[in-house]
Formats: sequence, structure tokens, C-alpha cells
Amino acid sequence: MNKNQEIHESLSANERKILNYLKENDVKSISKKTSLDEVAVLRALEYLSNKGIVKLEIKNLKIIDLGVNGVLYKQKGLPERRLINLIAEKKTVNLENAKKESGLSDNEFQAALGALKKKALLTLGEGNLIFEGKKEEITHKSLEEKFLEILPKAPEELEPEQKYAYESLKNRKNIIELVSETQVNFELTELGREIVSEAKNLKQEEMIEAITPEIISSNAWKNKKFRRYDITSPVPQISGGKRHFVNQSIDYARKIWTEMGFKEMISSHTQVGFWNFDALYTAQDHPVREIQDTFYIKDVKGKLPQKEIVNKIKESHEKGVAGSKGWRYNWKEQDAQRVLLRTHTTCVSAKTLNQIKKSELPQKFFAIGKCFRNETVDWSHGFEFNQTEGIVVDKNANFRNLLGYLKQFYKKMGFDDIKFIPSYFPYTEPSVEIYTYNKIRGVWVEVGGAGIFRPEVVVPLLGEYIPVLAWGPGFDRTLMEYYNIKDLRELYQNNLEQLNKMKFWMK
Amino acid sequence: MAGVKFSRKDFEKYVKITPEIEEKISLFGTHLESLNENEIELEVTANRPDLYSLHGFMRNFLAFLGKETGLRQYKINKPQKDFQVKIDSSVKTIRPYTACAIIKNLKFNDSSIKEMIDIQEKIHNTLGRNRKKIAIGIYPLEKITLPITFKALKPQEIKFQPLEFDREVNGLQILQQHPTGREFAHLLEGKDKFPIFIDAKDNVLSMPPIINSHKTGKVSETTKDIFIECSGFDFSILNKTLNILVTMFADLGGEIYQMNLLYDKSKQVTPNLEPEKIKLTTESVNKLLGLELKEQEKKKLLEKAGYNYNPKTKIVEVPAWRTDIMHEVDIIEDIAIAYGYNNFIPEIPQISTIGEISPINILKSKIAEVLAGLNITEVSSYHLLTQDDLKKLGQKPEIEVEDSKSEYKYLRRDLITMALKTLGDNVDKEYPQRTFELGEAFTRNDTEETGIKEKHLLSIAIANKDAGFTEIKQTLDYLMRMLNKSYEIQTTTNQYLIEGRAGKIVFQGKEVGYFGELKPELINQIKVKMPIVILELDIEQLL
Repeated sequence: MNKNQEIHESLSANERKILNYLKENDVKSISKKTSLDEVAVLRALEYLSNKGIVKLEIKNLKIIDLGVNGVLYKQKGLPERRLINLIAEKKTVNLENAKKESGLSDNEFQAALGALKKKALLTLGEGNLIFEGKKEEITHKSLEEKFLEILPKAPEELEPEQKYAYESLKNRKNIIELVSETQVNFELTELGREIVSEAKNLKQEEMIEAITPEIISSNAWKNKKFRRYDITSPVPQISGGKRHFVNQSIDYARKIWTEMGFKEMISSHTQVGFWNFDALYTAQDHPVREIQDTFYIKDVKGKLPQKEIVNKIKESHEKGVAGSKGWRYNWKEQDAQRVLLRTHTTCVSAKTLNQIKKSELPQKFFAIGKCFRNETVDWSHGFEFNQTEGIVVDKNANFRNLLGYLKQFYKKMGFDDIKFIPSYFPYTEPSVEIYTYNKIRGVWVEVGGAGIFRPEVVVPLLGEYIPVLAWGPGFDRTLMEYYNIKDLRELYQNNLEQLNKMKFWMK
Repeated sequence: MAGVKFSRKDFEKYVKITPEIEEKISLFGTHLESLNENEIELEVTANRPDLYSLHGFMRNFLAFLGKETGLRQYKINKPQKDFQVKIDSSVKTIRPYTACAIIKNLKFNDSSIKEMIDIQEKIHNTLGRNRKKIAIGIYPLEKITLPITFKALKPQEIKFQPLEFDREVNGLQILQQHPTGREFAHLLEGKDKFPIFIDAKDNVLSMPPIINSHKTGKVSETTKDIFIECSGFDFSILNKTLNILVTMFADLGGEIYQMNLLYDKSKQVTPNLEPEKIKLTTESVNKLLGLELKEQEKKKLLEKAGYNYNPKTKIVEVPAWRTDIMHEVDIIEDIAIAYGYNNFIPEIPQISTIGEISPINILKSKIAEVLAGLNITEVSSYHLLTQDDLKKLGQKPEIEVEDSKSEYKYLRRDLITMALKTLGDNVDKEYPQRTFELGEAFTRNDTEETGIKEKHLLSIAIANKDAGFTEIKQTLDYLMRMLNKSYEIQTTTNQYLIEGRAGKIVFQGKEVGYFGELKPELINQIKVKMPIVILELDIEQLL
């Protein structure tokens, strides 16, 4: 198809309407002649410009114009004019009388006094206003009065005297104002001239704009043309409801673990120290149990589980079990009863180990959830974080299997390169620290710990030593890398605009 | 975890730092924290205080690299005349144990004095639990007259000039006036007597775990012979700490001398570097690590980890300075480190287990799906609130955490509070605003294990110029229909809702939530200018 023909078919009704008046170069008169409002004309001009039919230039201009009071004063005279006329006549007028007779408001009166004093036309003495000028002086129009008459005018076009008047009036109430005005200039391009002249010769056939139910049911579209749309022009963005991006990534991690045969564990955020620390062979004087690191809850006392398990844990700390020497100190029940916000999801694993039946082994469990540490809040610290926990309870499990499960999980999370470094936790041996490789930044990122539960943990909870593979790496850093978030606080600030823009977790 | 810094020059007298060595350092389990021209900083895990000094580190690291493997042997000299510490029964209830040694013929310089001070401080802070469990004192022998007595006296009877102090004071005054005394005063709190080391001429050497005497307590470059004591509550851990110190001094060129410790009813001789013998079968190593090591390989790896091993008897000799070997698994980990974590081939075993997502999380996903379809956006809030947040919403604090480092210290009691906070934080954003949140909220309940009940809740909040009762009721209705749960609505009153526009949600005869139009005074409080409708639902009840 002829290129110009395509253009003709893409012209909307409004564009076609104004096509014949483009020589006018004035939005107002086009508006009048086409009876379209100015906004519609302007929009049509923009579309024509997109098509290369007109060259459009839109300038934002500042214009000084009369304000509400300015319009009034232009008719009735400025307050200082009204006051000086009164005083010049009588030479001396009592302040109160002057105010009454001039008919000025408080504000106007004060402004008028100020302006006249500044010009040394009057002085104030013993409650009287005294005229100090000559009569001839006040017969001329003042600079301010002249200025009001020449408005509207652009600030850059002001003469020095006008500039002076502008400065003295601009801070007074609503006399003048600076308004923004859009100046639109346009002219036909060469293509435009072609299109205009062709349009005259073309039979103006009716184009179908939006398809309506009527058009469909009446078959009115038959033998008609659909106006061509400018499919490249931008449309306003919309957004829809969705899951929070952190939960999207957690849902995905849940999916990975279940695909790998893991069963989900659930437990509360508040725990007694017994499950969070003691059952995990963390001695009661371990620094992590101090108030600087752990959130303890005020004014509550937790309950310990059955005596039997409590005694086993006590023994494991005090004397050791399964050939261990133990920590050798006096284990105290009240320390284990303190209620805290869980510092890791590993307490959930400890509870699970205490509940499972040995006849149902092997079993694999996972949990993903919030954990808490008494921390300050800044871009790299927070008091809440997510952990992804897992245990494998299988009498044949070994260290290589531990690394195998972790490697597979991180591979599915998108990290092909992962490395393991020796580490230390009170409840695992051997222990590892997991690092994932960030390809974009070219650095190894520490994501968290794993290991095989010590006999001192497993024997009291399960009744015999089975190497229980366990891990609890943090999850937030992994998802922040995915979403390219640098500031931890962004995860839970609930900025609705940001949440609307947030991309989906594409795994 | 402790950060330890060594001079790079001293470090490189043993091993030149190359990228390959850097890699080895981290595979050895001591993460390389930083490295520059002058200094190397490593992170040593809390179970290995024997690596806190350069000499202790090198002893193990060189073995790990395959140089100087096996258990390092040290010559120990028997006690000479008067190499004796008498432990008086008065310390029994205060600080019952000490382990002591003498080192002779040392040549101190700046860097060895620094090494000595650093390791004392590191051990005090970590293994010593800020001097509570272990306090170390090191004294120039020439200032002391042997034998020594460890006893406890009334604070007023103890008189000496403490380090960095210009006058003689008594025990109580030290705790009140001396900066170190004040810092550690809590360790002697409630004791009617304080422990001291005192020499044959009644000169006080120190008042552990607080401070040494100015006269006898400072090692200088001219010091040749030293007396070392470790005091605390567990003789075994004190012995091992002493061993960490004496072997470090021996590596610095000193000669180790034992001392006789005369306890009330027994005599001990320290230091004792006799290795502990633990039987370790190759089967248990291979089973835990998933390897197929032969005896000889196992021997080689144990020697790289600084142990001795006899393949015939399967006996592992454990260095007497290792504080962390409680069980054979601790030795097996060292075998794994010597083998190299990078050399293990990860493998997922062929076992069959069935995966399962918990019912509550399945329900949460379904609810999220339904609500997202209604163009409602999920938000996610902190579990803790600030005083300011509570005040803004006119709520009283209920459950508080102790000594929070930030302003956040109150557990949220419902999710509506969080929803209103979110709307209040977003007044400058586009409307309509429709949010939902799924999460836990906390209330006191004595029947729970922790004294706190955690409910799994759903909240919905809609703020818009035409938000009204109909929209929130429609939302509830759609959600419950999609979840296939039948429910009833009854009139209710509620702290958040306008009377007459508040409904309670009843499911199987139980109240499970409420919904309606938010009171305008609450809308004003959060500075929103739109009508708001809310809903809260205890979703666990729907399971």
C-alpha cells in the first residue's frame, strides 16, 4: 500500500477535522472553527506530529498577569492612590479617620501606608498622617499604576522601570501573579502539505474507530475501513494484585523442597529457650544466649516439656551422652524456661526430632520462616530474617549427602557455583558454611550454615545416634540478589508504589 | 567467632601468602577477613582458641599444608625446688581451681609481647566468657619469691597497687575506683572474700579475675622467666588453656617447667601435655563422611590435622591443648577438613520420601491467589512495632521484648494494626489502595507453652474514595465461596469499626473474624483522607 494512503487511514476523526486549518497556526482559532475544545486540538496536533505531518513546538512560558486584587485596583486605583488623594486634599488627617474615609481594609491600609512612606509622601506624627509631597507629584501615574496597565507581559520583556514596579508589587497580596502559559507553534511539513492536498481530493470515507457492540450486531463494519492505530504510542501503566515478592520466592523454595521429598514443619515464632538452645546443645553461658543477641519476652515464663526429655538434655549438658564429655556445668531449668523470639528455625527441627517415630525413617523435613536477632536496623542489618531449614533423618546419611542436598537446592535457586568452608556451630559436627557465587558481581556470598547434628543433640531427642543432616541458611540475601535489592529495609517497608512495580519471581 | 590479626611479616616467615594459600586458609576453616601489606586478619571459630596466636595457628596450618604433620612434641621439665602453688581451702566457694606453669629462657620483643597480650585477651573474651570461666595471669618470675599461695581474703585485708594505678588500695576500692575493677566487679559480686595470688614474701601478685599487681604483674622485654596461672571453675578447661599458653611460649623458644599444685586433699602437677587417647574406628569415619578411607589415608589425614594415630590400635592421640574434642565426631570433622571440603563429591542418596506442604501454607497460597485476582496486593510487615506506631493507632503495649537495640520492641497483636500502618505510610501514593497480609499475631495466653498465643491471620484493607461496606462484604463473600466455606454474619461492635457497619464472621458456630467500615477518627489518626474498609480473619479456624 502507498505510504501516504496508510497515513490517511490512520488519521482519527479529530485529526482529519483540523487538517484543513493547519495553516492558521493558532490553537484557539482552530478550536473555534472545528468546534473542538483546545485540549482535543492539541492532542490531535500531537498525533499529527507523531506521524510527521506537522512540526510541533510546545513551549512553557511564564507570564506576569493581574491577580484578583489587581483586576480590582486597575479599575478603582491602588490603595495608596486612594489614600494619598484623601490626604493631599486635607494635608493632615487623623489616622483613624483616614482609615474610615478611605474605605480600605486593614491589610490594604497598612500596605498603602508602607508604600507612601517609602516614597516619602507622608509621615506619621501624633496619630496624624501628614502630607509631605507636592500636589504635582501625585497627579502623574505611579510606576506601579502604569505597570498594571501593560499586563500581561513576560518577565524577560520588562523595561527597568517596569521591573522595579514588578518587584514592589509581587509580594503584595494577589495584585499580580506569575502564570504559566503554554505556547504552541506548529507548521506543516512537506509530507503534511502532501497529505493536506491529497485529503482534499480523497473521498472522505467513514473510518471505524472503536468497535462497539452496535457495530458488530449491525454489521456496520462491512465494507468499511478500520482506522489504523499508532500502535507504538505509549499507554498509561496499570498494575494488578499479587503476592508479596518475598513470599513469591518463599513459595518457590517450598516447591523445591517438596519436589525433593521434604515434608514441611511448622512451629511458632515464640519459643522457650529449651527448644531454641538447650535441645541444640548450646551451653547456658554461650554468648548467643545473652540479651544483646536474643530477644527475650518480658514478664512471661514458659513451660518445659516432659520431665524425661528435660532430664536427658540436662544430662547431655552436664555429663555428656553417647560417649561425649558434655559441657560440664550446672544446667538450670529457669534458663531453659525463658521465652524468646526464635533465633533460628533449627528449634523447629529439634521439636520434630523429638516427635518422629523411628519406625518411619528415613524422613526429610523442611521449614521456611522468620527468625529474630536483637539487632539495630540499617541497610545491612535487621531484627527479622527468613531462614530455610532442613533435616534428613536417615541412618545411612553422610557428609557427602549433606553437600548434595544443599548443592541441588542452590542450583534450583539459580546458583550453579557453590562452595563449602569449614565452620562451627555448637550443635553440628562436621559443620559447614555455604557460599554462593554471584556471577554479576563476581564475588562469593556467605549464605549460612549447615552440618550434621552432634550425638549430644540427637541421642536425647531421638533415643539413638543417627547422623541427622541439618541446615539453616538465611534466605533473605539470596532473594535480595535475585531482585537486586541492596537495602534490607526495602523488604518489609510496604511502599505500595514499589510493590506495584516489583517484578515476579521467575522460577 | 573471633577476629585475629597477625603481622604479615611474621606470618610470611612461615608461609608466603599467595592466592593459593589464601584459598587454603579458608579451607582450613579460618576465613580470611582482610589482607594488606602489614596485616592479615582471620576469623577463628569459637571452638579453636588454640589458633588465636600466630604460633598456635602455624603449628596447625603448616600440618594442614602437609609440612610438620602429626602431634607436635614438647619437652617438659619437672618442677624445681619451690615451683609450687598452695591452693588454700578458702577459695573453694569463690574461684576453686588454678593451673600454673613456669617458662624459662624466653627472649621477649615487641611482637612476642603483643602476641602474649592478644591471646590472653582473646581467651578471656571467648572461651573465658569475659573472665568468668577463665582468668589468665602472666608474671615476670624475677619479681616473685616462690612458692606461691592462692587464697581468699576479706576485701579490706587485700592491699596492693594494681596495674596502671599510682597508689596502694584495698580489694573493695579496686572494684570501686579502678576502671578494670569497675568493668569486672560483677564477677565478685556477693562474695565476702576475694581470691588472690600471693608470693612467699606476702607480695600480692594479682586479684583474679580482676587485675594484676603493678609491682609483679608486667612482663617487659628484659623478662626471661615467667610464671603463668589460669584460675576458674573447671580444672580440665584451665589445664587446656594453660597448655595453649605454654606451647605457644615453647614455640617462641621458652622451656616449660611444671609446678606442684597443693590442693586441700590432692596434689596436681601442671602443665600436663600427655595427649588424650581416643579409639576411632575407620568405619565410623567413613560412615559419617561418606568416604572409603584406608587406614594409611586416615593416618595421613589425622597427622595433617595435628593428631597422632596408630593404625594397629586405632588410637588417636589428641593434643592436650585442644579444648573442643568432646566426642569422636569432633575428630572426624578434623579428618574432613584435612581431606579438604572442596574434595568431597556431593551426592544425593537414592531414598524415597514423600514431600508435603503444610495445610496452613496451602491455605495461605490459595487465599493469596483469590485476593490477587481481586486486584488486592499482598504486603508483608515486621512482627515488631515501635512505641510511636502504637501511639498513632491508640493502642496499649501488650507484649514487649527486653532491651531491644532498635525502636522496635512490641509484638504485633493483630494484622489490622499493620494494615493501618501501611496505609498511613502510603498517603502520598495513588488510590485506590487495596492490601492484604497473611501472618501471625501475638496475644497472652497462659495455656500455651510460651505463655503466648500465635494466631494465623488474614487482614484486608481497602482505601478509596468510594470504599464502603458493600465492597468489603463482597470481598469476604467471594473469598469464602471460592474456599468453599459457608459462614454467617452477625452484628457486632469493635474497636476499629463504625457501629452499625460492623460484622462478625461466624464459621461453624465460632467467631473467626470481623469486617466493616473503619471509624473516621482512626482514619484521621493515620492521616489518610479516604474512607477505609477492613477485614480480619483467623484462617487457622478454616482448616
